[in-house]
Amino acid sequence: MAETITLTLTVNGVLRTVDTHPMARLLDVLREDMGLTGTKEGCGEGECGACTVLLDGRLVNSCLIPALQARDAVVVTVEGLADGDRLSPMQAAFLTHNAAQCGFCTPGMLMAAEDLLRRSPNPDREQVRAGLAGNLCRCTGYSKILDAVQAVARGEGGQP
Amino acid sequence: MIGASTIRKEGRGKVMGTAQYTDDLALDGVLHGMTVRARCARGVLKGFRFLPGVPWDEITVVTAADIPGRNAVASIVDDQPFLVPVGGTIAHPEQPVLLLAHPDRCVAEKARALVALDVEELPAVLDIQASLDCALVIHGTRNVLKEIHIDKGDADRALAGAAHVIEGEYRTGAQEQLYLEPNAMTASVAWDGPDLRVAVAGSLQCPYYVHEALKQLFALPGERVRVVAMEMGGAFGGKEDYPSLNAGHAALLALKSGRPVKLIYDREEDMAATTKRHPSRTRIRAGFDDAGLLLALDIDFVLDGGAYTTLSPVVLSRGAIHAAGPYRCPDVRILARAVATSTPPCGAFRGFGAPQSLFAIERHMDVCARALGMDPVELRRRNLLRMGDTTATGQLIREDLDLGGLMDRAMAELDYRALQRAYAVRNAGCDRIRRGVGLAVFMHGCGFTGGGEAHMASVAGVEALADGTVAILAASTEMGQGKNTVFCQIVAEALGVPVEQVEMAAVDTDQVPNSGPTVASRSTMMVGRILEDAARGLRQVLVQNGLLREPYTPGEFRAAVAAGRARLGALRCYGQFRPNPEASWDDVHYRGDAYPNFSWACYAAAVSVDLATFEVKVEDFAAVQEVGRVVNPTLATGQIQGGVAQGIGWGLWEEVTFKAGRMANNQLTNYIIPTSADLPFIRVAFLENAAQGGPGGAKGIGELPMDGPAPALLNALRDALGDLRLDEVPMTPDRILNRWEEAQNG
Amino acid sequence: MRSYLPDYELKAPGSLAEALATLSAEPGAWTPLAGGTDLMVLFNAGKLQGRRFLDLSRVYELRGVQDEPSRLTLGALTTYTELLEQRAVHQFFPNLAASARATGALAIQNRGTLGGNIVNASPAADTPPSLLAYGAELELVSVRGSRWISYAAFHQGYKKMDLAPDELVARVRLPKPQGLTFHFYRKVGTRQAQAISKVCLAAFARIEDGAVAEFRVGLGSVAPVPARAPHAEAAVTGARLGALPIAAARQAILADITPIDDIRATAHYRNVVTANVLGQMLGDLEKVRA
Repeated sequence: MAETITLTLTVNGVLRTVDTHPMARLLDVLREDMGLTGTKEGCGEGECGACTVLLDGRLVNSCLIPALQARDAVVVTVEGLADGDRLSPMQAAFLTHNAAQCGFCTPGMLMAAEDLLRRSPNPDREQVRAGLAGNLCRCTGYSKILDAVQAVARGEGGQP
Repeated sequence: MIGASTIRKEGRGKVMGTAQYTDDLALDGVLHGMTVRARCARGVLKGFRFLPGVPWDEITVVTAADIPGRNAVASIVDDQPFLVPVGGTIAHPEQPVLLLAHPDRCVAEKARALVALDVEELPAVLDIQASLDCALVIHGTRNVLKEIHIDKGDADRALAGAAHVIEGEYRTGAQEQLYLEPNAMTASVAWDGPDLRVAVAGSLQCPYYVHEALKQLFALPGERVRVVAMEMGGAFGGKEDYPSLNAGHAALLALKSGRPVKLIYDREEDMAATTKRHPSRTRIRAGFDDAGLLLALDIDFVLDGGAYTTLSPVVLSRGAIHAAGPYRCPDVRILARAVATSTPPCGAFRGFGAPQSLFAIERHMDVCARALGMDPVELRRRNLLRMGDTTATGQLIREDLDLGGLMDRAMAELDYRALQRAYAVRNAGCDRIRRGVGLAVFMHGCGFTGGGEAHMASVAGVEALADGTVAILAASTEMGQGKNTVFCQIVAEALGVPVEQVEMAAVDTDQVPNSGPTVASRSTMMVGRILEDAARGLRQVLVQNGLLREPYTPGEFRAAVAAGRARLGALRCYGQFRPNPEASWDDVHYRGDAYPNFSWACYAAAVSVDLATFEVKVEDFAAVQEVGRVVNPTLATGQIQGGVAQGIGWGLWEEVTFKAGRMANNQLTNYIIPTSADLPFIRVAFLENAAQGGPGGAKGIGELPMDGPAPALLNALRDALGDLRLDEVPMTPDRILNRWEEAQNG
Repeated sequence: MRSYLPDYELKAPGSLAEALATLSAEPGAWTPLAGGTDLMVLFNAGKLQGRRFLDLSRVYELRGVQDEPSRLTLGALTTYTELLEQRAVHQFFPNLAASARATGALAIQNRGTLGGNIVNASPAADTPPSLLAYGAELELVSVRGSRWISYAAFHQGYKKMDLAPDELVARVRLPKPQGLTFHFYRKVGTRQAQAISKVCLAAFARIEDGAVAEFRVGLGSVAPVPARAPHAEAAVTGARLGALPIAAARQAILADITPIDDIRATAHYRNVVTANVLGQMLGDLEKVRA
């Protein structure tokens, strides 16, 4: 029978060590071994984006990453976006624009939005649409999410 | 306060990832539950065997034999068991038979595949036609779960005398709610000496529905059952009645094992096994005179309810009442039936029967217009309801209704006529892309039908706490619609304090009264009104006891609360639903005031179709509605945009494919909901017309946006493509191709 | 759903040589795992065949891009995002860029690899039609050495490949087209993103003296494998711009495809739409001017 292995990875700036099966999903390592339950499971198929995190600077679906492939990696989850109590501009914009309704897609959506603006600081609305197309939302119809991202791109707003 | 776009209170936890949904709970010693399902559409359960491959001695097993109380889920009709007993009938292929639990989720999953069921298979009924034909009867005497007749005037006579009678048949498929968070439940039991106490916490819309179901399952009095509503990752009706079932399952496992239990469905199981929107088939015969005046409607409305009754009677009721649309019509007959099939039971999904019947009538009005040689907008204008008219159930329209104005506003949002003319020119060229515009006019009844609210006699309250804040005591649940915030706005306004001074108490049946289920677009209008009364009552108590003098500051309110608690003890004030003495409803003949009021809307769409691939793009969309007073414009706009997105998905892409009664496309890769790249900007406008009933004149809006998109889109497709048989939802590219070729071949 | 973890083994070889030695020692026992965007979906659904997996994601010899004057060579572990970061891809192989953008969504593009996509051998994959249109070649390596084959010969039947149990796809090589060229890619999916294709067509043409000197069409989702369209290609190769036999080609392509009814579309839809998209493509080709 396959054994567990010990992995180290950096999560939200903190070096973490975990004993896990090499094929355990990164999503489960984050949620269960590390107690970081902000990242969600919506489908287990890599379709909904609720499990989206940053892995070595790239946006990925954590439900599709075996733990072994995350060894020595740098991971950022939704819990790593705020600076203590101070929300990131994107988090603040999501609040003021009502871009989060039930909130289940929100952690993944925030990761995708932050990644989009890092790569493309001045996207038009169609580019934002395309950039978020891997994150499904059932509540909002996306309009207010796009509004929030565009507002941040324009440099608007602070803490709500 | 009312009318302000206050930021959502629970929003911060959501953007920080700290909001706790059910599966985020860490429970010591928890077991993970799994449900073993029938896998065959109909049969008799002979027994089951446990195959080797997992440590069965470590696994908790629950069967129907373990049920202490009634093996029936408390509902309108208690015909659905929690678990099929040995010797019992399997009525659909996802039916729960057995429950398993183990501390390791993947051991429990492996064990699920190692339970072999011995089933004597029986023939099944798989669609509406087979059910109506009654070659095989699987329910009652003729497969009918519920039948409703609505009769106004004499439709037969009026049709016989009509210059033009136009017939049509319209179908809609099932739709999956696709909340991002699958169904999730936790349960634990405790013993108080010999007395059992059961507690569940989970993703559920209606804590008191679950409370009642558990009371009956365990034969317990209400005080020994506790239901807590957790943060929900979406619901839309999909967590309205289903949670009674999985709460019962989780609790049974907790009882058998003595350990807390988590029962979390994965997406595949959730899609296949839980409730969906009812598929429908509607036949309409509409009679007109030569001037396009609507004289009569004869409507045959059938819903596929699946294997058990569940909510079919009320879904059918709403669908039937909305079937005649927003039109003035003196002679109407509506025959509505919900029939049984050997498929997983259908349930609530935003709209609740109205999207199905409104799709049919709004598509048919367009068809009739073309048949009469009239413009679809003008045919509608001639026949829309006005003050003083009556609906199909004879409800008098008492408000100053201007549906023509609503239609004009929606058209103005899209520059409808100009677009239509420009499209006609482009379509006449040889462009591969065809374009069109279409609209739908509709209404949605707010709150429960007829005497439903009076029957429920909902109670809600407010409590002033030691720190001077006020807690709202209501069983309404937050599923993203912003109900927490809206309630706080309403109470804050009634008390004259800032909204920051008002909070929602946890939705826990140990602490809050039964303010009714979070359904039927009733929360703002009905429960909000009750809370308004309760808040005014609290204010009065403080004033009458000399503790508070108007006008007062928030600080003075806080001081008054502290003094009041010291003098009077707990400061709680409840309100109860007050029925309108003028409203009357005959539930036997389906006549009278079906709803306290209606919200009204017109939605307009612009579409393009690529004739190479028959893919449809929604180019523009306008949603204009009259909903009384808008309590929180930002939240209300969000509700409309989200509902429109779901309606567009239903109209164009969301197909549930059944094979032998099971959902075959139960993966997100094969059940297609819109991504951000698939939708246009959704324009939203509210026309305000303060109505009776709701706080500040608010009406319901949650479900309204579901009713308009599908007919507006298919009417737009007709404009784009010409005289095609556009009679079915979803109108997928495959179907458009078929209809296109049908029309080409003459 | 959770697969039963103790049943599975995942190990990471330190080098290509080590990976090949493992495959050679126990042929058929090990399944290579790269980005995981196909295999982990099956794993999560409890449908993964195979129990022992070789994590290739850090085998550096399978990474990298060589941009030479006459050809572009991509390591098998090149992700879709990395493809889109190559100037040469945009300059010489726009269909490849289009197919990379059409794959899933960004989070999938960041992880999915060219090699994984090829070896997963789904007939509905988005990139193989572009590889076929560009006349791609594959390098297959094992302990026995390396061999180059034409990608068009790689797929032999549904999920059957010219790939020995101890071989890995190492590199994909594309000859850079010269002269006046035409490129077309269209994926007809179930929606605009995160979609599996119902029909996919990639085309490449080289025009010389106003005539079609070279013409290749790659198709997805209309046969058990990603396929070329020999009948349609024959109808168009050599034809003059301004006189392309569009109707004949539309007819001819129906002989190149064998679509089925499945959960996403019917065979009839695929037949009609393939011919239509071919027609659309040839309509665009007609308008090419030097």
